[in-house]
Amino acid sequence: METLYALVDHLFPFAWTQHVFMKNALIAVLLITPVFGLLGTQVVINRMAFYSEALGHSALTGIGIGVVFGLQNPTLSMIAFSVLLAVAISIVKSSGRTPTDTIIGVFSATSVSLGIVMLSRGGSFNKYSYLLIGDVLSITPDDLVMLGIMFLVTLLFWMLFYNSLLLVSLNPSIAHSRGINVRLFEVLFAVMMAVLVTVSIQWVGLLLITSLLVLPAAAARNISGNIRRYTAISVLITIAAGLSGLILSYYWGTATGATIVLISALIYFVTLLLKPRFN
Amino acid sequence: MVCEKALSHQNNHPCGLCCTTIKNLGVTLGKTEILRDVNIHIHCGDLTALIGPNGAGKSTLLKAILGEIPFTGELKFLDARGCSTKRPPVGYVPQRLDFDAGSPISVLDLFLASLSRLPVWLASPKPLRRRALDSLSRVQAGHLIDRRLGDLSGGELQRVLLALALDPVPALLLLDEPVSGVDQEGMELFYNLVSDIRQEYDLSIILVSHDLDVVSQYADRMIFLNKTVLFSGKPGDEWRTDRVVQTLGPAWLQGTSGVSRAVLANRSGLD
Repeated sequence: METLYALVDHLFPFAWTQHVFMKNALIAVLLITPVFGLLGTQVVINRMAFYSEALGHSALTGIGIGVVFGLQNPTLSMIAFSVLLAVAISIVKSSGRTPTDTIIGVFSATSVSLGIVMLSRGGSFNKYSYLLIGDVLSITPDDLVMLGIMFLVTLLFWMLFYNSLLLVSLNPSIAHSRGINVRLFEVLFAVMMAVLVTVSIQWVGLLLITSLLVLPAAAARNISGNIRRYTAISVLITIAAGLSGLILSYYWGTATGATIVLISALIYFVTLLLKPRFN
Repeated sequence: MVCEKALSHQNNHPCGLCCTTIKNLGVTLGKTEILRDVNIHIHCGDLTALIGPNGAGKSTLLKAILGEIPFTGELKFLDARGCSTKRPPVGYVPQRLDFDAGSPISVLDLFLASLSRLPVWLASPKPLRRRALDSLSRVQAGHLIDRRLGDLSGGELQRVLLALALDPVPALLLLDEPVSGVDQEGMELFYNLVSDIRQEYDLSIILVSHDLDVVSQYADRMIFLNKTVLFSGKPGDEWRTDRVVQTLGPAWLQGTSGVSRAVLANRSGLD
């Protein structure tokens, strides 16, 4: 950890990096924003914005379960519940004829209400309201380890299975005809999203988590004509928005997650203006 | 069971697939029975047309053959001596791609993702690009290689998907209403390409279609399907049996042929 901090001091010799909590926040942003950039490209192509919203909301239930069972650190119960929800949605989706958005809506409503009921028992919901907008100061070295693992797992997955994932999202039958296990990849991607959303929610905030997934990729989509460009631009935007958002929020005294999302939104509107040039 | 064409095809087929037999195949999804008692025999080198109204289970049958949905009964791939072989390479062209038309996915991306494990977002090596170009040229679509999928016309996209299904060359090619919603010119080009490909490579083709008369021009066998096989035979056979007419309804048959007659009239005018 110490060497990592020294490295940060060396690379970012600024006033705001003097605080340990800002060093943690900076490392967290650098580790996790590229993951948002990568996964976001698939979320946008697959039209899964609503789905990721539901996953974000399920974090409330996960924490509720953690509280009910008296867990010290609710992260585990959060991840477990989100993964459960993600798998449940993809199973129900593929076994019936109900429209996907209806299924997601039902699961989302159930998990949010369940979470609020559990957390508000005894009138103590205020304790958890930090979850709504997130708090970057809450990141601990332990959290950084988890974000680091998430970063490595995503990169590995993107190296090994991206092509299959892309074919599945274009047409499951074509993917199937080329020997790809469609269900497996749908579930794996859903699980990755669930884990990313839950490990990030404490600092991005439940209200904005989907925006951070969707905005950078949507902006990249406006100005790209192939996958290489799309992926590179999406990752660059998330890193740029993440860094500038973190610094601005420090000087403005604003919520970091929201500041990052606001900058992403700004970039999105700029790309929207540039779009005609790329079509 | 020994394949009729066994001897003539024994030597020149890449994977040894000679015929595909389907016995008592049934598919039930939820509580709805979609297919029952389907018996079909498909020879290699034949173009078999599956004809039937909407909801007859044509697409479902293709998905069962693909192994995408569970079914009851038997599906066997036989080699020239009538022995079961493992699942042959299958090419599939869907009715349409249901995707976000603004997606930044180029035609080349689609090929790279299908042909190699090297991640598309990382690199596009020259040899793979050349291979994709070759495949696309086969269906007169080489010039589309750098276009976005969403920018292609219906006919262009279907040709690209046909090129993809043919690389690597499959033993069995499944076409699920590949030209519905494609204009006249695009449709003719597509069917002519399929005809050529069939002669060049010795593969079995199953073509799902609404269009009776056009299909009877290209197909070796016609199968009328509505939940189960109503009729199976050659295009010249008298398929207008009571069973077919009653199940499909005279209106449906007339409706389809009416459209097709106009198409054919148009074609002979061009010629």
